[in-house]
Amino acid sequence: MKKDNILDNNYLPFAARIEDIVIESEDGSLKTFKIVFEDEADWEKWRHEPGQFAMLSVAGKGEAPIGIASSPYERDGLLFTVNRAGVVTTALHEMAVGARLGVRGPLGNGFPVDGDLKGKNIVIIAGGFAFTTLRATLLYLLENRGDFGDITVIYGARTPGMLLYRNEFLDWEKRDDINLYVTIDREAEGWHGLVGFVPQIVSQVNPSPEGARALICGPPIMIKFTMPPLEKAGWQDNQVYLSLENRMKCGIGICGHCSSGPIYVCKDGPVFTRAFLNTIPQEY
Amino acid sequence: MNSMDTPKKLIQLSKEDLLSAINGLKDVSYTVSPNFNDNAPGPGDNIIKRFMFPQPEPLLFLEREGKDMVHRPYCVISKSSLNPDDDTSHHTISDTVAETIILGIRPCDARSLWLNRLACEEDNLFSRRVDGLIIFGLLCNKGLSTCFCEDVGGGHQDVRGMDVAMIDDGDGELRLWAVSKKGLYILNRLGIYEDDIIDGLMEGATDNSHEKVGDCSLLDELMSKDMLTLYNAPFWQDIKDSCLNCGACTFLCPTCYCFDIQDEAYGKVGRRIRYWDSCMFPLFTLHASGHNPRGEKIYRVRNRFMHKFKYFIERFSHISCVGCGRCIIHCPVNIDVREVIGLMRAVS
Ligand code: SF4
Ligand code: SF4
Ligand code: FES
Repeated sequence: MKKDNILDNNYLPFAARIEDIVIESEDGSLKTFKIVFEDEADWEKWRHEPGQFAMLSVAGKGEAPIGIASSPYERDGLLFTVNRAGVVTTALHEMAVGARLGVRGPLGNGFPVDGDLKGKNIVIIAGGFAFTTLRATLLYLLENRGDFGDITVIYGARTPGMLLYRNEFLDWEKRDDINLYVTIDREAEGWHGLVGFVPQIVSQVNPSPEGARALICGPPIMIKFTMPPLEKAGWQDNQVYLSLENRMKCGIGICGHCSSGPIYVCKDGPVFTRAFLNTIPQEY
Repeated sequence: MNSMDTPKKLIQLSKEDLLSAINGLKDVSYTVSPNFNDNAPGPGDNIIKRFMFPQPEPLLFLEREGKDMVHRPYCVISKSSLNPDDDTSHHTISDTVAETIILGIRPCDARSLWLNRLACEEDNLFSRRVDGLIIFGLLCNKGLSTCFCEDVGGGHQDVRGMDVAMIDDGDGELRLWAVSKKGLYILNRLGIYEDDIIDGLMEGATDNSHEKVGDCSLLDELMSKDMLTLYNAPFWQDIKDSCLNCGACTFLCPTCYCFDIQDEAYGKVGRRIRYWDSCMFPLFTLHASGHNPRGEKIYRVRNRFMHKFKYFIERFSHISCVGCGRCIIHCPVNIDVREVIGLMRAVS
């Protein structure tokens, strides 16, 4: 029998407020919220791994699972890049700096930065606004640069205006310890970088699987077409990590919404190797 | 009683005496299953599900503070939770969770509590609530034609999930004994038992089980089946064709625990509640993007059975079905879970 405090409640979020809002995309559909906790003691306790997510809660509207975009080393607040899609994310988009909300988490697993990824060459492949938890991961890798081999980042968006974290990409471009490939779907005025879909760029870059791990986040269609060029280059399924996004409610592996066969994406994931995903029903 | 060892400490008592003793407890509430009164065979009304999963259950209290709505813990299911217009009483925080005696549920339903604990115990609202339940189970003399508890690892005399086990042989007298510490505590408090039988009790809790209890060849069989082979078996197509996706089976099932969470706000106050949901419904898995991983009916029908007879086994080493037969009785198109089990069994 678990004896806990009567106040313990898995569904009670940390009280927090929006400290800053950055409009990330030209169409306004993506905003990055910097969120700070109301109670310093809550913040002291907070620890997350790159790849984890949290439930952002707007009282009266509900909760939405959002990947944590800030790295564990950014201790002045949490960053969440939110795509306006449903009731809760629309409500979030309408909120102003200073508005109060709840943060429930951190939830799920993260990328195994302290385990399987250590000492490996890392290839990050992302499309659209799925770069969020990969930003957290990349910052983690850079902070512990000596623990990893080559770092390659392939990131694509529809248009230049839809690319996330543009200022940071400019900084990363200047570094000689990241191989950065940023691409947009079609030619656009003023764009002098790569043009082409992520899978095409992957096949041009042709990253070597030797001692490497790939971390892939993006829309299902991008993931689907990214796999063949990787396979052609000799990548095995246990070298490829995917982060899944299913509908979620409880976030703690009970309510059933996020299940895919026997797994709960919220609790067992969201990060899985492709080799593992091959062993279960694909309901994501 | 014949195939069962006699429990160490058996108490004989009339139903009236038990009820009046329970009535005399000031701080313990109770609910009586219809089975207790008439001992009619079969699982009867699904009382236990409403106590395991109140419908709806408040998770948080929401209130406006300045411009914003903020979250507050919702600690007890107090009277005030039923009255959202009363915006002060929500703050009442009690440091005890009321104890409730559930009197006369069948072994299948008691076992559902035991199984659901495996899946839900991390949820401290659930755990705290079911820790406050005291189960007086009523063993079965005979079942209905739809009962199949023994096939799924339970039995007419299975006491798992119970605190006190009771036998009604139809002569107006109950024979009962404690099968958990909580059961012992309550029998002591009821003044119908005064001995300290902790040692005997623990023995009793294991050796008074029916010989068939726990001997579940179905579990072993299902465990050894390949998940994807089961998943891809062709028979799901036929079941899907007849199922209406009405969800009746999931709502009646004592081991279906899926839920949804929604906010309700009334002006300055509101609450976040959870209520039963069903994997039979297409909205259950719908992404905000419009993509739906179980968008087609076959996925949903298959999920219900695969969850109970494969996925749950993978996670918790038990079948998530207690064989109560409610889904068989109430399915409008006569889908019989026993037939589905048979089809799953036949997959090699
Ligand atoms: S699946 Fe059917 S028989 Fe099994 S516990 Fe649920 S309602 Fe009862
Ligand atoms: S009760 Fe029958 S028809 Fe309704 S969802 Fe369940 S199996 Fe399908
Ligand atoms: S969101 Fe409830 S089980 Fe994953």
